[in-house]
Amino acid sequence: MLIKRAADLRESDVTPKETFLRRREFLAVAGSTAVAVATNGLGPVFTATPTAAAQNPAAQKLANLKKSPFSTDEKLNSYKDITTYNNFYEFGLDKADPGKYAHTLKPKPWSVVVEGQCGKPGAYNIEDIMKWAPLEERIYRLRCVEAWSMVVPWVGYPLSEFLKRFEPTSKAKYVEFKTLVDTRQMPGQTEPALNWPYVEGLRMDEAMHPLTLLGLGLYGEVLPNQNGAPIRLVVPWKYGFKSIKSIVRVRFVETEPINTWKQQQSSEYGFFANVNPQVDHPRWTQGSERRLGEFFRRKTLMFNGYGDQVASLYAGMDLRKNY
Amino acid sequence: MFKPVVWILCLAPLGFLIYDGFTDNLTANPIEKVTNTTGIWTLRLIVATLAITPLRGLTGVNPLVNYRRLLGLFAFFYGSIHFIIYVVTTFFVGGFSEFDASGLGADLVKRPYITAGFTAFVLMIPLAVTSTTGWIRRLGGKRWNLLHRLVYITALAGVLHYFWKVKLDATYPVYYGLAVALFLGIRVWIAYSKTQLRKS
Repeated sequence: MLIKRAADLRESDVTPKETFLRRREFLAVAGSTAVAVATNGLGPVFTATPTAAAQNPAAQKLANLKKSPFSTDEKLNSYKDITTYNNFYEFGLDKADPGKYAHTLKPKPWSVVVEGQCGKPGAYNIEDIMKWAPLEERIYRLRCVEAWSMVVPWVGYPLSEFLKRFEPTSKAKYVEFKTLVDTRQMPGQTEPALNWPYVEGLRMDEAMHPLTLLGLGLYGEVLPNQNGAPIRLVVPWKYGFKSIKSIVRVRFVETEPINTWKQQQSSEYGFFANVNPQVDHPRWTQGSERRLGEFFRRKTLMFNGYGDQVASLYAGMDLRKNY
Repeated sequence: MFKPVVWILCLAPLGFLIYDGFTDNLTANPIEKVTNTTGIWTLRLIVATLAITPLRGLTGVNPLVNYRRLLGLFAFFYGSIHFIIYVVTTFFVGGFSEFDASGLGADLVKRPYITAGFTAFVLMIPLAVTSTTGWIRRLGGKRWNLLHRLVYITALAGVLHYFWKVKLDATYPVYYGLAVALFLGIRVWIAYSKTQLRKS
């Protein structure tokens, strides 16, 4: 399989966060002067706001991050956007709920149980998992099935590095992931909004693809609770719901797992859930999206712009049927 | 005599949105926030207009009818903002130069919740236009009343629009549906009682 580098990368080095944030401050000032005239002072709504002060001073910093050639150089969404606008129904249905209520989650101690078709099943704790491969920063587009998107500077390492350790057997065709179930830590689970635990799955070749990230942090810090602490998936060419959060169980299986949203409403959400502007959601178009922070929509890209790297995974498949 | 109070109450949701805009409190997705807020206030105000007639009947406070037009026009006001934001921020892609008209057309026809919402909005236009005293005189009370029964369809379509939009939790749409059913039900019941009276 040919792995191409991200098409939109213009330099191998990503601008350091500090420099980047100052650039945004400058843009915010320059932009708001213009916008203030047009919108009579509603500047804060449509211009980027500085993010440095908004970050969590108590959060554990992750140092010596490798830069990745897979990163995009698009404008990042602010830490505030990324941590106050989340679909994480374990903490409530409103997108502001996880930011408000996820403090009840205890990401330490944490262990992940690995089972199924593999040579080394067992329970592994998060401190060890964090050390299994060098941490990288990966700046990815995130496209939600609800037609909004963000650009997020994730921290993590390739999921393949994680999965290889357990020596999956030839019978492992798929890998299934499950989120924690604990109504004290995740009070939203007292409501039967979804069938808990949240389940997701990937075909083995998708899981082993170099773009697929085991997410352990963002903005150079460990994951905030509302973003799926302490361990999650990041699968940038698929709709956001595939990137399961707060994982406690990994199982290598022979048959296609039934993921939560497919189980919930199979006419609207499938197993593959690849970002595809040609296949509309029954209730809205997937041809365009709102990048948070922008007024107008932008066109949605096939495989969320990662087609050069992943299209070959689906050669010969009818993506209209396998949505 | 309470008209200034009603004006202030009806403008309050807009005021809060503007205040939140200034103070950067419209969430990470301000367009969604403004769209949802104006949408829900449209529905609330429509339900409020439907409540006037039954309330008059039950309490005998006839001057209540003086507020109905104001509430109705504010419903149309919020509905217009809601509709314009939806069109502008969904179908202008990348700027004002590219308008996706076929996308809008497809949305109106193919997506039941959009069809319902659009129906609800369009039917409010003749009601807003003919809301003046001049139009009541021109049409005559009977015909005017008949025309303004279109609001029943607006209310039902508005509830459907909300119901079909939500992803999981339909509790609130159901509450609004029950409110509309109640206020329309009272009308049916009153009309039925009148025919019974006439018979006896």
